[in-house]
Amino acid sequence: MTVSVRLPTVLRVQAGGQAVVELDGTTIGKVLTTLVDTFPGLKGQVISEDGTLNKFVNIYINDDDVRYLQQLDTPVSDGDEISILPAVAGGAH
Amino acid sequence: MTKTIADAIVAHCLKGLPDEACGLFGGDVSNAIVRDLYLSENMAHSALIYTVDPKVHLRADRDAEGKGGGILGVFHSHTHTEAYPSPTDVAQAPDPSWHYVIVSLRGDVASIRSFTIIGGVVSEEAIEIL
Repeated sequence: MTVSVRLPTVLRVQAGGQAVVELDGTTIGKVLTTLVDTFPGLKGQVISEDGTLNKFVNIYINDDDVRYLQQLDTPVSDGDEISILPAVAGGAH
Repeated sequence: MTKTIADAIVAHCLKGLPDEACGLFGGDVSNAIVRDLYLSENMAHSALIYTVDPKVHLRADRDAEGKGGGILGVFHSHTHTEAYPSPTDVAQAPDPSWHYVIVSLRGDVASIRSFTIIGGVVSEEAIEIL
């Protein structure tokens, strides 16, 4: 399965400036592992050291948040668009 | 940004009271001209912290990049403190290329300021109302 992975601006530096990369994989986890293998600078930024999804990013497959699907085990299909977005939060506290 | 956009940011922040309000803005990346606002619900529903709805972020990202621009930054309100990034804002700033607009609703008149947050260093920048 070949999918396109959209990277947020903050991660593009580690991916040679690319906004979108085409990658193969059968699940979100496998696609993201391939992403990190291809661009080692992304290590720890998408998947945490313990192998779970980094809590500071949101991963979408097309219009759906993978946290509400099967997380890293979510299957992907040819042509799916995977979007990686940083969690945006803060506050006066 | 235009006065219309600045007013819309403040209006969204007032509407969100007593909680903090938030949203994203997009436009021309090269000169930081704001073209579009993407208003979000504060998913934290709190007067002390905010979280932008990730679905709004996804739609904003697609829309802004589809127009040849990008997300320029995020705005949020401080309901009872000054318009300056808190330690939480600095620690959680997601992107060093973004502009962080903060609206203080502490006084009788809302104040709106903008900052960059790069490597934990906060720098204020002028907001030019076009």
